Amino acid sequence: MSSTKYILGLFADPDEMMHGIDLLQKNSVPIYDVFTPMPIHGIEKKLGIKDSRLGFAAFMFGCLGGTTIFSMAYYMLVHDWPMNIGGKPAFAIPDFVPITFEWTVLFTAFGMTLTFFFATHLFPGRTPRVMDLRATDDRFVIAIDAKGNTPHEDITKILKEAGAVEVKHNDRKYVSYE
Amino acid sequence: MKTSHSFDERFQFQGNAKTWSLVLMAIGVIGIAIGFLTGGGERTFANLLLMSYYFACVCTCGVFFLAVQYVAQAGWSAAILRIPQAFAKALPIAAVILFAVIFLGIFMTHTGLNEYGKQSTIPYLYKLWAVKGVTTPGNPNYDAVITAKSGYLNVPFFLIRIALYLLCYSALGALLVKYSNNEDALGGMFNYNKSFKVSVIFLVIFGFTVPLFAFDTIMSLEAHWFSTMFGWYNFAALWVGGLSVITLTIIILRQNGYLEWVTEDHLHNLGQLMFGFSVFWTYLWFAQFLLTWYANIPEESAYFYRRWQPEFIGWFWLNIVVNFLTPLLLLMKRDSKRLVPVLKAACIILICGHWLDYWQMIMPGAVGPQSHWYTEISWPEITIFFGFAGLFIFTMLNALSKFNSLIPKKHPLLDESLHHHI
Repeated sequence: MSSTKYILGLFADPDEMMHGIDLLQKNSVPIYDVFTPMPIHGIEKKLGIKDSRLGFAAFMFGCLGGTTIFSMAYYMLVHDWPMNIGGKPAFAIPDFVPITFEWTVLFTAFGMTLTFFFATHLFPGRTPRVMDLRATDDRFVIAIDAKGNTPHEDITKILKEAGAVEVKHNDRKYVSYE
Repeated sequence: MKTSHSFDERFQFQGNAKTWSLVLMAIGVIGIAIGFLTGGGERTFANLLLMSYYFACVCTCGVFFLAVQYVAQAGWSAAILRIPQAFAKALPIAAVILFAVIFLGIFMTHTGLNEYGKQSTIPYLYKLWAVKGVTTPGNPNYDAVITAKSGYLNVPFFLIRIALYLLCYSALGALLVKYSNNEDALGGMFNYNKSFKVSVIFLVIFGFTVPLFAFDTIMSLEAHWFSTMFGWYNFAALWVGGLSVITLTIIILRQNGYLEWVTEDHLHNLGQLMFGFSVFWTYLWFAQFLLTWYANIPEESAYFYRRWQPEFIGWFWLNIVVNFLTPLLLLMKRDSKRLVPVLKAACIILICGHWLDYWQMIMPGAVGPQSHWYTEISWPEITIFFGFAGLFIFTMLNALSKFNSLIPKKHPLLDESLHHHI
């Protein structure tokens, strides 16, 4: 049995890569993922990638931030230590608005960034997982899970036919740890 | 996906659109006539000022939209530029009407209570500073505060300023439309480059004069009070209100089989602008409110004191709820900006919301409280709103039907717009 884990088709041209995706889908070869050095319009739809839920996370972090600071301000300025500031009532809601807004924005920004790092394994100091280093430079890479997708020669042929400049049969998933 | 479109189709202004816009105008004329005949001249004039200002603002927003797109060299909007161009073509008419309303409002007088509560001959509009004898010591209408401001706030200079703003906006808008039409005939970059230059000039003039335009037209109704935020607050209302009308026009034209090249991606961008600038509007509204509320200086809080009378306070808070929470909750999600019914509902709510915004800027100062909160917005407001809506629909669609094509077909960035994807 072959020790190949992933088959990578490296394309020099995004249109040829899109054509490759079409050919693979026509031949019912499931695609594991596609890596490109730049955003390609329409590729999410073609690969059937679901919309990101990052916006939902951001909204929740925003709500959390707003609630946190509003409760804090209420506790400090109304409940624990009410002060007379310019004759205004202790629970002066307009005064609470700017800080509530700021904390909402702060929590949204940090929460969204951290969620993104968590979801993509991009914490600072961590070696990034890359299946082919040139996918960050000048190659458009289609990755196919080799397990159960046989025969490998047929997949290679399809990729070559679509215009792949190189087809790799990798024994390891990620090359970046080496 | 359709990849080719017929760009030579013209907009046909006929049928229901024409009938209904004429019906709406007739309703407006009847409303104005009844308003004057029943002795409600002051309220009718305040409504005329409100709607002609709104009309002029929406049309100016068309010019501003064009100028922003040209200066940013934006590609996405090329396919929808004919709509703001039609707004820009309707601007001269809006300008003449606004100027006429202001002119008549100042020079037509009636007997009413002056600032000191005494019977006097006062103009219908701007009674605080346009009344006769306001700068003459000893006159029963004499007002020391207005006298100190009269170097700027006097009738001739005021009318000259209003005329100049409207003339500048209309003329530069007309130039942008002309260049775009020439571009359709000739192609090439020549007209695009000229549009860029005119847009830069427009934005400079607009940026400096739009706060003054708001100060003069609206803020001077309560000339004792001032707020430096007021100009930008009005600009935000102009931009959001105008964007809502642009978006609604595009949606309705699209539903009637025109503008088939406009995709949900274009609508998404317009929805984003509406969402973003509604938040900007709220920011300015709140910045003006918070500082006044906190400092609580009598001459500053007079503005909010008037709006916190029992007849107005409900409408005052409804204004911020409608214009902030609607776009926030309806338009925040990506999907809802791409769903035509949701976007359409948001447009309609924002158009009504910014009418309410202008209404509460004008009425408490120009007319004052009526008997109940629910009689504050009644048939004069509604009929005159309908009348101007009809007038706007008629002039704008009539201008749109004059274009040879509903798309600037030789715009250098047109292909980018037709393949716009976000």
